[in-house]
Amino acid sequence: MLDITSIRQDFPILQQQVNGKPLIYFDNAATSQKPRQVIDALTHYYAAINANVHRGIHFLAEKATEAFENTREAVAKMINAPSKEQIIFTRGTTESINLVAASYGRAFIGEGDEIIVSTMEHHSNIVPWQMLCQEKNAVLKVIPINDAGELLMDEYRKMLSPRTKLVTVMHVSNALGTVNPVVEIIRLAHEQGAKVLIDGAQAAPHYHIDVQALDVDFYAFSAHKMYGPTGMGILYGKRKLLEAMPPYMGGGEMIKEVSFKGTTYNEIPYKFEAGTPNIGDAVAMKAAIDYMQSIGQEAIAKHEKDLLTYATDAVATISGIRLIGTARQKASVLSFLIDGVHPLDLGMMLDAKGIAVRTGSHCAMPLMERLGIDGTVRASFAVYNTEAEIDIFAKELRRAAETLR
Amino acid sequence: MTIQEIQDEIIDEFSLFDNKEDCYGYIIELGKKLAPYPDAYRTDDFLIKGCQSKVWIKPEIQNNNLVFYGDSDSTLVKGIVSLLLRVLSGQSTREIAAADLYFIDRIGLKQMLSMNRSNGLAAMIKQLKLYALAYTSTDTPN
Repeated sequence: MLDITSIRQDFPILQQQVNGKPLIYFDNAATSQKPRQVIDALTHYYAAINANVHRGIHFLAEKATEAFENTREAVAKMINAPSKEQIIFTRGTTESINLVAASYGRAFIGEGDEIIVSTMEHHSNIVPWQMLCQEKNAVLKVIPINDAGELLMDEYRKMLSPRTKLVTVMHVSNALGTVNPVVEIIRLAHEQGAKVLIDGAQAAPHYHIDVQALDVDFYAFSAHKMYGPTGMGILYGKRKLLEAMPPYMGGGEMIKEVSFKGTTYNEIPYKFEAGTPNIGDAVAMKAAIDYMQSIGQEAIAKHEKDLLTYATDAVATISGIRLIGTARQKASVLSFLIDGVHPLDLGMMLDAKGIAVRTGSHCAMPLMERLGIDGTVRASFAVYNTEAEIDIFAKELRRAAETLR
Repeated sequence: MTIQEIQDEIIDEFSLFDNKEDCYGYIIELGKKLAPYPDAYRTDDFLIKGCQSKVWIKPEIQNNNLVFYGDSDSTLVKGIVSLLLRVLSGQSTREIAAADLYFIDRIGLKQMLSMNRSNGLAAMIKQLKLYALAYTSTDTPN
């Protein structure tokens, strides 16, 4: 059993009152809070080791480079990447996806080629592909879902063909919590020779990711949803693909030699990391990985699963409540509507009680359109949340619904 | 009552509340009391699209003054519409266009709402004033 009381002590932000009530933070799918260990690592970096990485010959430059590269190694280990050169630092999942679209997409996807996404994707895994398809006259295909919010795998199978160049789906849905069958998605795509990108933004905070076991071609995620700093993301790629891909941005760091006759590019991962990187946040990301590992990924996943079950039962008796997203495999996301009450009103009423939830379309307008709704109220849980918080949430939700009706 | 008198009255009413919850409770009540919006005007022509909610505002000239009907799919936003209409509806187009809506800051409406909603609030005020400007040409000179 996890000692949640002691875990909560690690998060300074959770100690505060909001609108006169103890803060209940249920907006973890948007961003998680940061433990003191991460905040301290960030402060320590700027207080003691700040210097630009890689080319410096002085003491601090070496220390900063070491700390920066240690994170790359820790990420590689965390997701079982074959080598640390296959870990590319980006600003976040969105940039990771855009990097694949702009580099792999521009070089290897052409007219009439097909890209498959799913109905439940976040806008950040739709728009870059729309842009690419427009530029290349490629075709975007969309895997449909059932009313529970699960992918229709038979439809997906039928969609795959030798024309399919890339399949890109989310591992876990931010709006519904659905955990997608990525192993099967990847296997089926590979049978047709297509590459697969998995948007792991909502999976990395909850589950152990093994990119080799998945046999995934690209895997993208963000530090800030897994107790780490904002502005720091990861793109993992298979070595052969990353080496074949052209650079994404030009600048310092990404070159080997520059001349007006022609420029040669650096090796991976630096080929994709033009300019001074986000060193401080990269260093702090390692503290987040260490933190999660000190608690244990399995233990975190179990606690969150228990919270989801508890919350699902706690709100079940609220009159007019309708859960949005009832997949058999779900991460700790509780999305719902209450008949006759606007989600925005529920969100504001809960905020008045110090409870932070998210309302709206969750950057997934095509999904909302498919479900025939404008948006939902979403409560999403992390390791520091408790059943006692869910009790208060359920009580206040019931009260808010009564007041608003 | 003038625009200023109504605003001062609202500031007085809100001075009774010392927390967000009570303010919201009052705003919800105001929303529920708002005059029914004519269904015929629940169209895109009168729609102001906010980030998460919809607002409809329909202007109408009555006795040389500009009267507004308003509605929203969100109960809280409807309450805010009701506050704005209480201040501006029934005033002359010139006064509406020139109105300094200081009550919004004084009752802490912006702090009560998230930034997204404040933008929605700004859009509503802009639309109300645009209607006033548009109707100014039909306003009878004094």
